[in-house]
Amino acid sequence: MQPDTLIWILLALSALAFYLGRNRAIQASSGHIRNLHSLPTYYGYFVALWCGLPALVILCLWLLFDDKLILQMVISQLPESWRNLPEDQLSLIINQIHNLVAGETGRQEVDPALQRAADHYRQLKAIGYQALTVLVLVIATASLTYGYRHVSPQMRARNSVEKVVRFTLILSSTLAIFVTIGIVLSVLFEAVRFFSKIPVTEFLFGLKWSPQMAIRADQVGASGAFGFIPLLTGTLLISAIAMAVATPIGLLAAIYLSEYAKSRTRSIVKPLLEVLAGVPTVVYGFFAALVVAPLLRDFGIELGLKVSAESALAAGLVMGVMIIPFVSSLTDDALTAVPRSLREGAYGLGATQAETITGVVLPAALPGIVSGLLLAVSRAIGETMIVVMAAGMTAKLTLNPLESVTTITVQIVALLVGDQEFDSPKTLAAFALGLTLFLITLALNLVALHVVRKFREQYE
Amino acid sequence: MSTIMNTVEEFVETMEPQGKSVADSEQGYHTVGEFSIAEPRISCRHVNVFYGEKQALFDINLDIGQRQVIALIGPSGCGKSTFLRCLNRMNDIIEGCRVEGKIQLDNQDIYSKDMDPVILRARVGMVFQKPNPFPKSIYDNVAYGPRIHGLASNRTELDEIVETSLKRAGLWKEVRDRLDHPATGLSGGQQQRLCIARAIAVEPEVVLMDEPCSALDPIATATIEQLIDELRERYTIVIVTHSMQQAARVSQRTAYFHLGKLIEVGQTSRIFTNPRHPLTEDYITGRFG
Repeated sequence: MQPDTLIWILLALSALAFYLGRNRAIQASSGHIRNLHSLPTYYGYFVALWCGLPALVILCLWLLFDDKLILQMVISQLPESWRNLPEDQLSLIINQIHNLVAGETGRQEVDPALQRAADHYRQLKAIGYQALTVLVLVIATASLTYGYRHVSPQMRARNSVEKVVRFTLILSSTLAIFVTIGIVLSVLFEAVRFFSKIPVTEFLFGLKWSPQMAIRADQVGASGAFGFIPLLTGTLLISAIAMAVATPIGLLAAIYLSEYAKSRTRSIVKPLLEVLAGVPTVVYGFFAALVVAPLLRDFGIELGLKVSAESALAAGLVMGVMIIPFVSSLTDDALTAVPRSLREGAYGLGATQAETITGVVLPAALPGIVSGLLLAVSRAIGETMIVVMAAGMTAKLTLNPLESVTTITVQIVALLVGDQEFDSPKTLAAFALGLTLFLITLALNLVALHVVRKFREQYE
Repeated sequence: MSTIMNTVEEFVETMEPQGKSVADSEQGYHTVGEFSIAEPRISCRHVNVFYGEKQALFDINLDIGQRQVIALIGPSGCGKSTFLRCLNRMNDIIEGCRVEGKIQLDNQDIYSKDMDPVILRARVGMVFQKPNPFPKSIYDNVAYGPRIHGLASNRTELDEIVETSLKRAGLWKEVRDRLDHPATGLSGGQQQRLCIARAIAVEPEVVLMDEPCSALDPIATATIEQLIDELRERYTIVIVTHSMQQAARVSQRTAYFHLGKLIEVGQTSRIFTNPRHPLTEDYITGRFG
């Protein structure tokens, strides 16, 4: 039996166990449910969990490890000459066996030994599934019986079920953390490999970014410089422009919406503003590259300025528009969270609405606003698409917003696009950049968290 | 009978000082007792308040005298807080709230177009149910009002205002060494006295207090009650309270509200010893409330 069928059967069995457990509990209650420790459904869940969980765990473990075991057995049956091959060639053979098993023979003649191995593999797999079916069904029935026997009015079914529920909750809450750790580690190892080829100091303090490595000795234009400072300044420049756009507009919008707007206006404008957050960034990229950048260039010509066709300003402006809803939405939340009693306190002293907002509401909401702004900054730093399309790829060390610059994220994309060797510094540099980016945003988030903690207790 | 009613109406309209009487209204109920007094500071006539469609106050007629404490009592939801908030137009900031009728402060209609609610609220200060100090220092809390109204021309004057206000609120001794500390670090009773200091720092003529002691322990309550008694020498005070003992201790006049109507009003001693309306008597003797 295939594992997916087996899972369905297990589910059906559990459902059956639920009804059995519940009915037994109701019978055991001798007509009064109050005689039971828990409600009858808890007994149902109890028996169902007993029936399903152990069998499911065995099933998962089996599926995790059966392939490796079977492979070992197949390899041990391979001809002597193959078994002693180096590891990478052996894995090639194993791949071929896998392909044969999956039915992808291709057009080539198949080596009889290989065909035999594949048949052997298939056979073992089939035996394995049969054994698994028997094992799982036996365990499910046995544990079902065990759980069913245990149902009695004194048995604390609810407590047991809640324990399982709590364990599930803990598992879900920690899953994201483990995945994050996994991501960090994978980036970290590649970055370490990069730093073993390029010194950390060159990466951190180098002023030139030109990741083209020479493949042949006589190749021109391949200097292979890995100084990340130009990327950092580019990133910061664009983020600064974006924040310069988003902060005032977002703040003012939020103040209007939360303090002045009537609830009707608010209920219309706020969702519309939040639609901006739902626009795919690639669309913002079009807008920046096709509308804003040419406009800026024409405007620059009129003023007698030299504006590059792909400028940091264009990307920054559009990115600023993109994060306005972030700023305004988080600020709006912070402002509405200020208790009405504080506003009334100010009004009661004869403060005007403007005085109340500037003197009482904004200071009280400051921690929320600051953390919102910092979140927006990390969003701006991590943004890729707009910059790719509107600010260019050339790594220039400049603070002039009219020139084209590039950012960390854009370079990561550029380094990983296309066919790459995975051991060249050029490719590995992407991981070093990724790690740096991660550390920068992590630091920003920590600062945001700290700000919020420090000021949180200023009002109830 | 109708002629008598007309006379009463005229009395009410012309704001003549008047003794015992009975107010008549479209809603057809009468306020028992002396709602009208000579030389009132605030005078309310035919005040109706609506929250959206729902009417919260019905035809309230009440005068509030100079330099005395009037207590508003009644069961929860009877409209006493709503009435209090009419007196400094605090209901303006509640969406959907509508106030009808006439409320005069020193013979000036506070709901007329010429009256700026900002100036009104500087003249009619307010202390709230829960202490609501701003998340600023103690000093800045008290100085907030004088600053926005430009009451002090320099730092020394401002220091003086802060000091006298805190002294009058009976808080000076406890906080004079830590004026720069955050106000939220004070205890509940101290916070409430700070809010009183903050309210009187702008030299209001009337102070409205909305259950100022409901969040405080008995000792802090006693301090505040004593404070109210002292403040009476300078200010007109309207206090909403759930505690009848408190009303009896601090007030000279008492008004009893029931389901949005002003049932009875009179000298506090008289209300508590000899209530005339059966509802008042039931409430005071604790039969409901």
